[in-house]
Amino acid sequence: MATNFLVNGKAATTEAPLETPLLWVIREDLKLTGTKFGCGAGLCGACMVHIDGKRAFSCQTQVSEIVGRSVTTIEGLSPDSSHPVQKAWLAERVPQCGYCQSGQIMSAADLLKHNPKPTREQIVEHMSTNICRCGTYQRIVRAVERAAREA
Amino acid sequence: MNAINRFEAAVSRRQVMIGAAGLSFAIALGGHADAAVMAGERSGQALSPWVSIAPDGTITIMSAATEMGQGSMTSLPLIIAEELDADWNKVKIVPAPVIETIYGNPGFGGMMYTAGSNAVTSYYKNLRLFGAQARRVLLDNAAKKIGVPVEELSTEPSIVVHARSGRKLTYGEIAAFAEVPVQAPEVKPDDLKKPADFRLIGKDVMRAELPHKVNGSAQYAIDVQVPGMLYGAVVRAPIEGAAPEKFDEDKVMAVKGIVKAVKLPYGVGVIAETPWAAFAARQAVEGSVSWTKDGKAWGFDSEKGLVSFAATARDPSAKATDWFKLGDARAEMPKAASTFEAEYLCDYAYHAQMEPLNGVASVSPAGDSAEVWCGTQSQTMALEATAQALGIERSKVKLHDMLIGGGFGRRGPRDMDFLVDAVLLSKSIGTPVKSMWTREDDVKNGRFRPLSAHLLKAGFDASGKLVAWQHRLVGDRVTPFADPVRYEKAGKKDFILMLGADAKGYDVAHQLVEQVYEDTGVRTAPLRGIGFTANKFATETFVDEIAYQRGIDPVKYRLELLSKTPRAHKVMERAAQLADWDRKRDGHGLGAAYIDYSGTQVAAVVEISIDQSSGTIKVHNVWCTIDCGTAVQPDNVVAQTESSIVYGIGLALTERISIKDGMVEQSNFYDYIVPRNRDVPPMHVEVIQTDNHPTGVGQMATPLITPAVSNAIMALAGKRLRHAPFTEERVKKAIG
Repeated sequence: MATNFLVNGKAATTEAPLETPLLWVIREDLKLTGTKFGCGAGLCGACMVHIDGKRAFSCQTQVSEIVGRSVTTIEGLSPDSSHPVQKAWLAERVPQCGYCQSGQIMSAADLLKHNPKPTREQIVEHMSTNICRCGTYQRIVRAVERAAREA
Repeated sequence: MNAINRFEAAVSRRQVMIGAAGLSFAIALGGHADAAVMAGERSGQALSPWVSIAPDGTITIMSAATEMGQGSMTSLPLIIAEELDADWNKVKIVPAPVIETIYGNPGFGGMMYTAGSNAVTSYYKNLRLFGAQARRVLLDNAAKKIGVPVEELSTEPSIVVHARSGRKLTYGEIAAFAEVPVQAPEVKPDDLKKPADFRLIGKDVMRAELPHKVNGSAQYAIDVQVPGMLYGAVVRAPIEGAAPEKFDEDKVMAVKGIVKAVKLPYGVGVIAETPWAAFAARQAVEGSVSWTKDGKAWGFDSEKGLVSFAATARDPSAKATDWFKLGDARAEMPKAASTFEAEYLCDYAYHAQMEPLNGVASVSPAGDSAEVWCGTQSQTMALEATAQALGIERSKVKLHDMLIGGGFGRRGPRDMDFLVDAVLLSKSIGTPVKSMWTREDDVKNGRFRPLSAHLLKAGFDASGKLVAWQHRLVGDRVTPFADPVRYEKAGKKDFILMLGADAKGYDVAHQLVEQVYEDTGVRTAPLRGIGFTANKFATETFVDEIAYQRGIDPVKYRLELLSKTPRAHKVMERAAQLADWDRKRDGHGLGAAYIDYSGTQVAAVVEISIDQSSGTIKVHNVWCTIDCGTAVQPDNVVAQTESSIVYGIGLALTERISIKDGMVEQSNFYDYIVPRNRDVPPMHVEVIQTDNHPTGVGQMATPLITPAVSNAIMALAGKRLRHAPFTEERVKKAIG
């Protein structure tokens, strides 16, 4: 049975079983590999996407839950890396290995969308959902502050 | 600059070379000029081992190290670009092919291997030389063309200038007519740039691959898709050496989308049409498989094991070998006016790199050649492990080394366990296979920083001066398991376990470090900071204890011991200054540590508080100084040091693996706790620039944190924690 939904503003469809994690559909079916597999358990945030404009763990979202809904991945955040969060991420030289950074950026973009001028504490708390094993946390906070300032 | 996507680069490498109609330089590592020619012949072109310049001015530079976030993909080419006086905006970086005689890491006996924070330090001298030689060839060609003595020429980025006539030739223009000499021109150390003239070294540039890491286009091995590819997963024996006995094949083959289940020597593999089918089949195997009792670790219990290690450390009759000797500690210790002893314990720890282990392989149907994609710290080992698994020549394997989603030592084992999964599965089915480990696989089949017990003894003369030092280390072997080849080459020295166990940097005339060899059968690996993380916990806590015993301020005492090593003295003094060490903080404690890590001098002061009821330690500030000699990319040195500190905080406070009946008890990020954003304090990193040869930066601060936190707990609560990590339970027990 086909499931129809929107990805980055375009119609998408998958034949994957309804209990399949959205993550695998995005990565392997739709070939949008910027969204990463990290833990498969909603613990690390490497798989973070936006569903109807709010952040969500794509590894914890089943295909059955996205019927008719709108999914945004890192590839759809901006066409040319021009989202204020992406720009701030480069300006602050945040990424190291980079593997978690799509998820970090999607979390940060979600925060600023709902809270354009967050306090430092709010940033730290919101971003604690995502693990970065390279420990880029200090730069992540600086980049979110910069994005909030420059947006 | 022309940052490139590593995957695209791998695919287009051949085109780059064939298309390099301009100037190319066949300059190989000393004595291997024939290898460079050979490399050229392989593609039918006189291609460049390190650098080629196209008539349009594009300068292509090979990247010999793998990129896992540490920045080598930028730093190494930048060193060549510096001496070449290249316009960095015109530099294009491509991964080097696997030709050890040209691209091998001089720090690892010529292997292509990125580890030990030594890419820049080991390649630095040669890369400067190659860059300078290439520049010299351009100058010679320009001199001939313009008809002036070469001494009258100078360069600006990518331009040769004749100041007297005002004539200029761009590197691209020269490339169009240049002749490359058969012999590389001689360049003397004096011909190299003076640090004051550097345009790139010491000036921060955007890391080459960074733009791809903010938009999802950076390609890791796990992202690779090749036509006709199937998905694999492997349920590995929980004990190294055990093999599958039986599993419920009917149940596994009933999973929708399953294609094949296959017994491997070390586990059961499944191959399916989709990743979700592969994982479902993996579950079915896991629920029904039984294992042989082969392998050593069956029955091993890490808690009891550590008690036994500690007893062995205290047992003078236990068989030990000398790891490090300075002076004669055995003779001097009995003569000491007074002595002091202490014992430290350290648990297993897990890498937790964010990209779970994986590999993609396409083995030919006949099994006589293969193409593999993986994130590996060693291109050499990846080729060799694949060839060995298939019983074919190495030359029949083509490697695409991808960006790495975290290495930390886990992606450089000699046997390349994660890649061989894909190779064997692909061979068994005759189509390409992407094999992925779940996070649980990654933890359960982890290869850990070893379990260790440390007995330290200090001897003082009548004036109280520290004259003799003994460190007896009982630890689970690492190098023989992780890399038996290098273990043999090193004369059976377990350097991954033992490094950092001495008192390097400190003025202690007589030192003896002994190893008592243990082999529990538990899988081990180098982990960021290798032996230093446990060994410096022991030695730097011990130095602190000595200071307390003697009633001297611990920083002051370290500075006394460092009086003969000025660079070391400076980092410790400066870290204390930054922290305002003498200022007391209500309810907070400060602790310090210093390390000479492979020549890099690092020191830190941490500020902590303790929640008495929960036993939670909170780190409030870390002040850290690092002198790594020439800082090729200073902001990256800061970034790597911040990263090392965060990793060190995890190892100090929460990260521990425990083993029951030989099996790993933890399984994912809910029971293996790594630092999150809220756990990380403000980090104040100062790079102390010196003109010394560059030394490593990728992990040097990690081992500072555990002893510094231990020392801060002492300062705050008057209690010593001698077993790392300092979990809530252990803290409560100690201070309750």
